[in-house]
Amino acid sequence: MFVLVVGGGKVGYYLAKELIESGHEVALMEKDPSRARQIADEIGSIVIAHDGCEGKYLAEAGCNRADVVAAVTGDDEDNLVICQMAKHHFDVPRTIARVNNPKNESLFRHLGVDELISPTRMILGSIEQDIPVHELLHLATLGEGELELIEAHLQAGSPAIGRAPKDLSIPEGCSLFAVIRDGVATPLRPDTVMLEGDKIIAIGKQECQGLLHEQLIGDPEEVVTG
Amino acid sequence: MKIVIVGCGRVGASVAEAYDRNGHDVIVLDHSTAAFDRLATSFAGQAIRGDGTDEDVLRRAGAEGADVFIALTEGDNRNVMAAQLATEALGVGRVIAKINDPVRANAYAELGVATLCRTGLMMDAIDGFLGLPSSGLPGMLAPTGHHDGPAHAGGSATTSAATASGSIATQEV
Repeated sequence: MFVLVVGGGKVGYYLAKELIESGHEVALMEKDPSRARQIADEIGSIVIAHDGCEGKYLAEAGCNRADVVAAVTGDDEDNLVICQMAKHHFDVPRTIARVNNPKNESLFRHLGVDELISPTRMILGSIEQDIPVHELLHLATLGEGELELIEAHLQAGSPAIGRAPKDLSIPEGCSLFAVIRDGVATPLRPDTVMLEGDKIIAIGKQECQGLLHEQLIGDPEEVVTG
Repeated sequence: MKIVIVGCGRVGASVAEAYDRNGHDVIVLDHSTAAFDRLATSFAGQAIRGDGTDEDVLRRAGAEGADVFIALTEGDNRNVMAAQLATEALGVGRVIAKINDPVRANAYAELGVATLCRTGLMMDAIDGFLGLPSSGLPGMLAPTGHHDGPAHAGGSATTSAATASGSIATQEV
């Protein structure tokens, strides 16, 4: 495959390098001449030291025969224009744009960019995914790293409220051993009834977290959508 | 008419002032407040600091539903993006983008944006002054098509914008 990469920053540089290593034909456009020289010194003479937004230079770089154009500069407007030019002017079958402002995603998609990669969105997604798990607070890792000390804060809607540990199906290899209520820690006995606002301290294997979450916080699916 | 101008450089400021003088409702945006120093003290329109390629900024500035949107910043791509936001997201009828690269100017006219190309305008002017036939590089292009997305209102309205200006009337397309 012939891949035209536009933008010789960190992303463009490593992308070109990896693609070459997997045996693809690559051309990289970088408008800053000294950066272009530096990349050429490191990965060979595949660098075109011109602005990839300019139609003339895209043509010179062989855009019309590219299978894929990846626009990975740091500027959204440049990436949009590169992809649109590739798509509509050079009939490139597949265009990929890096998008920094997640709000631009729908516009770019609407304007015909085939694939969008948004680092901001990815990190955001990853953080948001973690939020429900935060109700199970990770306190420490014990032993060889297999055991974790976890705190669960019981809030309204928790299936554990009004029940005792013996009524719950606690996952194997996991034990609930203390409760913090009104700032006082007491051992959690099998028949201690748990109340809203309690903090339950548990110890268990990492794999138990899902089940523990279900038992103490509520259905993980519900938490995620809510 | 409500006219939004992105970029308050020499051209942007002159256009903003002229339309303001002629009684239009003018909103001019620039990412630097210093740019607004170019506007005469008599300027009665709105001068708003912000990034003209950011949809939220444009909405806050009141660009939604404007009659005319003109992108005149120094960056071709910024102009392209602002213009396409105006057409696709803000429902502006007549949108013009300054694009100095003739290849891009051509390509975006095909995608539904009226384009102004300084290279072409100057060549036209030189040809005109020397009494030579046009070198064939048009200074302003009316949109000739639109992209594959849902239809928008740009189309025929912008064609009349292109022929309305005196400098373009002399041009043989």
